[in-house]
Amino acid sequence: MAQHQVNYASSAGLPIALTSVDKLVNWGRSNSLWPLTYGLACCAIEMMASGASRYDFDRMGTIFRASPRQADVMILAGTLSKKHSEFARRLYDQMTEPKWVISMGSCANTGGMFNTYATVQGVDRIIPVDIYLPGCAPRPETLQYAMMMLQKKIRRESADMKKNTKQDLTTQAGKRARLI
Amino acid sequence: MRKYVPKDNVQKKAYYTDRFHVVPRVPREKVIDTHFEATVFNLGEYVKDSYVEIGQLVVHIDANDNFAVLKILKEQCGYTQCSEQSAVDYLAKDGEFELFWQMLNVNEAKRVRVVCRLKEGLAIESVEPLFKSANFAEREMFDMFGIKVNNHPFLKRILMPDDWEGHPLLKTYPLFGDEFASWYEVDKIFGKEYRDIIGPENRDPGKIDIEDTKRFSRVGYEVPFGTEYNADEEVEVAYSETALVNYNKKTSKQLDERR
Ligand code: SF4
Repeated sequence: MAQHQVNYASSAGLPIALTSVDKLVNWGRSNSLWPLTYGLACCAIEMMASGASRYDFDRMGTIFRASPRQADVMILAGTLSKKHSEFARRLYDQMTEPKWVISMGSCANTGGMFNTYATVQGVDRIIPVDIYLPGCAPRPETLQYAMMMLQKKIRRESADMKKNTKQDLTTQAGKRARLI
Repeated sequence: MRKYVPKDNVQKKAYYTDRFHVVPRVPREKVIDTHFEATVFNLGEYVKDSYVEIGQLVVHIDANDNFAVLKILKEQCGYTQCSEQSAVDYLAKDGEFELFWQMLNVNEAKRVRVVCRLKEGLAIESVEPLFKSANFAEREMFDMFGIKVNNHPFLKRILMPDDWEGHPLLKTYPLFGDEFASWYEVDKIFGKEYRDIIGPENRDPGKIDIEDTKRFSRVGYEVPFGTEYNADEEVEVAYSETALVNYNKKTSKQLDERR
């Protein structure tokens, strides 16, 4: 006969674990972050390295998905050109809620060294970003760290996505422009 | 939208102000007694000027003759590859473009550059029937300079989006783009009315906006994500002045002055 020992000092004296819905849902969300297989430039090479055997994203429950409908995280890895910006936004719109965005590398953060007419000066002009990842290119360890930070962020959030503050695309410069 | 009017002409600015400065030139050698003699002879009347530069023949021709010249070079002289073709903008100086075709003879390892001048607004004949590589090269030339190509099978922009305004490799085109370029993604995705909300492009990657608590964390005095900025809550940072430089106090960085 199986012996079940009940520890009367904890768990209210019962063989159960108590938690909240938020915690349970976020446990699920944060431990199976599926990014979109989507690379833009040289940073994407580092993203691929993070996914491959040496750095091995799979052990964190992070598996790249080839369809935006199955993905939770969009890693914007690389230079976003103005010509491509429309498609990047469309992919973001196709992802189902809840969704998060990591902006990887200087190019995605601010336009980086491509201070020219053809590059979007920071992807947060068109897509709300959760984690900014500095570097040119960030090493795979950095991307892993960003994933872990994102997991941490998700665990603090509410299960109801409407209650979470998302970055809106309004910048202070935009706010000031509207006031004038 | 207002049409972009170039305010300064880059080509009119002098690159060197030193009046004793002599612009270095590659020496030009005569074609006589080189292995290019036969090529120039074959081209005959078409040649306006010809010389050898760094072991490479340069042939100046009339803009109307480009197809005939390239045909002779391909069929009679063995220049079977057109490795590059494009243009240079000399509009401010001469009101013309310089067009060039870089030809390669693989068997004899010889190269010829065919050069011609084309007035602004005129079109050039396509060499696509001779060289398939000219298809993309001519489309790029059209995209970057706005030079039209006659009898091209599919003359359409190749690098920039189809609805782009302006031709970026013209010397009058600003590096940071004109008004159309700087709002392109906002106009396209959200519509023009979103310009006010998103705000102009930030061309200084080192800029920190202390009022923006969504994109920047406040060093020394941390507030939750998305809090409204309140100048009264500003606290004096006591421990490290050097690490906490307020970049916003200076209007612009050194880089801006050089620009
Ligand atoms: S940040 Fe650097 S590595 Fe990444 S896309 Fe830009 S240039 Fe390439």
